Amino acid sequence: MAGAKIKIGAEDNNNRRSATSVMPSFFSQAPVSNPMGTEANGTQSSRLPDYGVLEQYMGFRVGDPSGISQSPRFTSAADGQLSGADLHSQAFNMTRPSTSTLFPGSQVIQFHKSLAPMPNIVSGSNAQHENWGDSNMADSSSRTDTSTDAEPGDKNLQFEMGQSAAVVISDSTDKSKERNQDQKTQRRLAQNREAARKSRLRKKAYVQQLENSRMKLTQLEQEVQRARQQGVYITSTADQSHTGSANGVLAFDAEYARWMEEQHRLINELRTAVNSHTNDVELRNIVNNAITHFNDVFRLKGNGAKADVFHILLGMWKTPAERCFLWIGGFRPSELLKLLVNQLEPLSEQQLTGIFNLQQSSHQAEDALSQGMDALQQSLGETLATGSSGAEGSSGNVANYMGQMAMAMGKLGTLEGFIRQADNLRQQTLQQMHRILTTKQSARALLLINDYFSRLRALSSLWLARPQES
Amino acid sequence: MERIRDLASQKAVVIFTKSSCCMCHSIKALFYDLGASPAIHELDQDENGREMELALRGLGSNPTVPCVFIGGQFVGTTKAVITLHVDGTLKQMLINAKAIWF
Repeated sequence: MAGAKIKIGAEDNNNRRSATSVMPSFFSQAPVSNPMGTEANGTQSSRLPDYGVLEQYMGFRVGDPSGISQSPRFTSAADGQLSGADLHSQAFNMTRPSTSTLFPGSQVIQFHKSLAPMPNIVSGSNAQHENWGDSNMADSSSRTDTSTDAEPGDKNLQFEMGQSAAVVISDSTDKSKERNQDQKTQRRLAQNREAARKSRLRKKAYVQQLENSRMKLTQLEQEVQRARQQGVYITSTADQSHTGSANGVLAFDAEYARWMEEQHRLINELRTAVNSHTNDVELRNIVNNAITHFNDVFRLKGNGAKADVFHILLGMWKTPAERCFLWIGGFRPSELLKLLVNQLEPLSEQQLTGIFNLQQSSHQAEDALSQGMDALQQSLGETLATGSSGAEGSSGNVANYMGQMAMAMGKLGTLEGFIRQADNLRQQTLQQMHRILTTKQSARALLLINDYFSRLRALSSLWLARPQES
Repeated sequence: MERIRDLASQKAVVIFTKSSCCMCHSIKALFYDLGASPAIHELDQDENGREMELALRGLGSNPTVPCVFIGGQFVGTTKAVITLHVDGTLKQMLINAKAIWF
């Protein structure tokens, strides 16, 4: 038992936090102190080690580790001034058979004689410690981590007994002084109990918080693991409610990456075929494959928009430079045609007219869809901006608010439709272009489109990696 | 159904819409841009709106609005209109129905 350290005392708002570790050496050196001061809150620095010793001893006597480590349980004992009364009273506590050893009156009286007039604790002989330890066991060991409700009652009982015991035993003490001291002692005991209780509650709350954080951490780790397996990107939210759309987004990003790979393969095949002047039939096959491959990406985007419309609409799956020039979640067909037309020469008259008409039609359709988006934004704004007059919190206002939100939700739902129509426009424009152009011209157009976008992506990377002046 | 047919044949271009529908706004804008003057019927402002909507769905319009008729003929909803417009068919239909002249 010599090796153990015990922290004495719970937090005590009387600023007598006696959280000092007790050194075994104190045990043998414990002086007999005769605190004559009437003030219970007097200087205790000299006394604390004594109590610590007793604490230590009592902890050991308890015999279970929890008892030793949780000396805050020994709230009464932690209060130096009060321990004496406690121990004293516990001499009369009959809860343990072993306390019978306490009752040889000679010992008790001995104890008392060595004490000051007040029932203050004194580190005395081992034998006495032993007895006190025994008695304290009754209280402290049963008190580990249990509710505090039992304690005050016990203590009160002990106090009463202690008080009566003190009256019985004392022969030379000044009774009024003693009573005064008792009251102060009582108060301090109560305060100590309260402080200890608060400390225990705080500890419980803290442990609970730690547990929650730990669970959240394992959850996050699992998500990261899942995302890594998908190999695309890691969502930053661990919120369960977002898991559905997050999975959809992950799925889209993964599928889009696969589509890009296939696209690169087809483009390379096309480039090889063009450079090696393959025959028309074979070239047409390759071109058709490449054109129809575009259908796949529009289908993917449709699914992605169902999962998370904003992910698609805002082009989160594209590089920043691409994202900058986005129109309803993708490229603007008329712009693309404008870029191509000069580089596809020579074009026949018919072809030129066709391409020009196509440009105009797609431009008109783009304008129409853009106007629809503007109308949506305006309508949404009007819905949300409608303030309700009248008292806050009235049921009418709440109903208004909910109605507003429901309407706004409905409007947001139409975004998916706009993306679908925009993608449809892109798909139709590409197919129409393919119809107007010859096979070779189509092949060239596809290569030009691919080069344009890959350069845009490269530009994005360069921009992000550019050295910046501090 | 009868009401639909009735209204659809009254003008060269007839569009059935709802006042709250923003896609309808897009389609209307497209036809205005083309120079056509479509007749607009808002189903949510019509007392027979519910029945008319059912009739449109029966014709195959999904979503039910906007729904376009040219020269009394059922054309379809947004996707059909845009597809036809891109390949030039829409314009021809409008010319044929005398909604536009060029």
